[in-house]
Amino acid sequence: MSAKPDAPGFVRRITEKLGRAPEVQVDEDLWQSIQLARHAERPYTLDYITRICSDFEEMHGDRVFGDDPAMVAGFGRFHDRPVAFVGQQKGRDTNDRTYRNFGMASPEGYRKSMRVMEIANRLGMPVVTFIDTPGAFPGASAEERGQGGAISRSMQLMWRLDVPVVAIVIGEGSSGGALGLGIADRVLMLENSTYSVISPEGASAILWRDASQAKAAAQAFKPTAANCYRWGVADAVIPEPPGGAHTDADQAAQIVDQYLERTLADLAALSPAERRVGRRERFRRLGPLRDPNAGVAMASGRDTSSPG
Amino acid sequence: MSRMGRNITVSFERLRRLGHRQDRPQRIAADAGTCPRCDSHYSADEMRRNLRVCSACGHHFPVSAHERLEQLGEPGGYTELWPELRAADPLQFTDLKPYVDRIREAESKTGMGEAIVCAEIEVRHIPCVAAIMDFAFMGGSMGAVVGEKFARACEHAAQKRMPLIVLSSSGGARMQEGTLALMQMAKTVIALDTLAEARVPFIVILAHPTTGGVWASFASLGDVTYAEPGALIAFSGPRVIEETTREVLPADFGRAERQLANGQVDAVVDRRELAARIGRVLHILAPPAATGQTSGSQAVQWAQESAERMGRAAQAFPGAARKVIDRMRPGNGDDMEAGK
Repeated sequence: MSAKPDAPGFVRRITEKLGRAPEVQVDEDLWQSIQLARHAERPYTLDYITRICSDFEEMHGDRVFGDDPAMVAGFGRFHDRPVAFVGQQKGRDTNDRTYRNFGMASPEGYRKSMRVMEIANRLGMPVVTFIDTPGAFPGASAEERGQGGAISRSMQLMWRLDVPVVAIVIGEGSSGGALGLGIADRVLMLENSTYSVISPEGASAILWRDASQAKAAAQAFKPTAANCYRWGVADAVIPEPPGGAHTDADQAAQIVDQYLERTLADLAALSPAERRVGRRERFRRLGPLRDPNAGVAMASGRDTSSPG
Repeated sequence: MSRMGRNITVSFERLRRLGHRQDRPQRIAADAGTCPRCDSHYSADEMRRNLRVCSACGHHFPVSAHERLEQLGEPGGYTELWPELRAADPLQFTDLKPYVDRIREAESKTGMGEAIVCAEIEVRHIPCVAAIMDFAFMGGSMGAVVGEKFARACEHAAQKRMPLIVLSSSGGARMQEGTLALMQMAKTVIALDTLAEARVPFIVILAHPTTGGVWASFASLGDVTYAEPGALIAFSGPRVIEETTREVLPADFGRAERQLANGQVDAVVDRRELAARIGRVLHILAPPAATGQTSGSQAVQWAQESAERMGRAAQAFPGAARKVIDRMRPGNGDDMEAGK
């Protein structure tokens, strides 16, 4: 359909512009994987913590303003060793979802998590984060209390930790809200999880100026675990039970348990200084660019050819 | 309804709203110089002389990164660093237009290679490294090049023991580079610690707008943080908040003055006083003599000099000097506390 000839000039121009927008071939597997990452029955942070810990004590409050139910933080025993766990928490039913603010953390949440990480660092416990959020909470209250600074300081603290740090993306990891828990020695991603600069819906509204282009946005970002592994953003992809993690939470948690145990053992073999150098280098090399002085494009990740 | 038809409806609605948007960055061509707030007109020359601030109402117009450097230092008195770095297109990204086309357009529109310009510069006689963002280049968005240049600026400043001045003006991470753009937030935050290790100060100037992943990374970590009047400073912009939470936001939401009241910045500084203000704080935090490698013998020399000065003062003002010296004796700390 094209605009009528008598349409005002700007309508015609827009129609032409839209007409030129390339048709996007959507890879249905990719879209399905992105939908699985946010499946309503997917195991959430506490589902994993309660299954992989023999004991878990949850901490509450940032000691400054309040407690943020969208963020869970505490200490547990994992394979008979103390480990600090932190992660965004989503809700299961309508009430619970509202209570957990859809897993969108406020500054208090990041400050609570920082408080727990500092204790872990002092007591020599590894830190494990679970990432599962559509983004940090976009609200006026969060802005007033310093959402930007809470995320940046959380990243800064995680980079400075002497203890081993592992981040596991279990569902959707979107925007700075996800990365606020993502500065780790190893970043693991579940098979059907995503890690992206923005949710497909958000990107669709901003870049396509049309909220209905989420699939096209997802196709353009390709934020799947496999691609993140290719880019070097993720260090390993954790397989899920056939059909996805929601089909068997117990089995999903058991696989996560195995990967986490091995990763922590690997990291324990390194000194704090070695881990910090590795952590710095890990993020320093991410992001390909063209540097004429370097002769070739700076390599990024494992595969410099086009991600599929 | 066909897909095309639906798109047109949405675009119509959006166009209508675009006309009423308050949060839209000012797109007034700086050289044409009509103040959007008070309608005063300025010639290109006046605009430049006034540092692109409306002399009638104080409205701050956008400034290009290179002009910023001239405002902060002496005209032409800076050496640009790493101007050759260019964006790659790791995702072969296309939204309404291919990313490579957007880059090309931004380059020809701004004459810049990327959204950040790094340089060595002297601000009020203090040698500094400056990293200046430019909103005109793809919304000042942070992709791999911005992240890399920022990290190099930190390392360069640390190595040369010079303060780092960062001026932010950015919508956040560059969507077109996807997840790898998000990772630049981590890269910049980690790079900042090389400054901390070298014990040199980090000054941030928040210009309009500083939002998203830039505010949530290095821009919120300044040792000293100034904001330009009226600058929007937020993690989530007003439109995103209103659409997500259905809150009705006050007109000054996220603006510099409000963020000062919220405790998010140290001061709101008029652009016409900015260079002097940075110079002043750097003279306190990093005086030229102290920014070089302070050797042990230098420190001893300073101590001797100050002891001599104190001795001279003691002769000139015996009573006052006695009091000061008494206070400095160990055990008299309580007096100092009480004296506050």
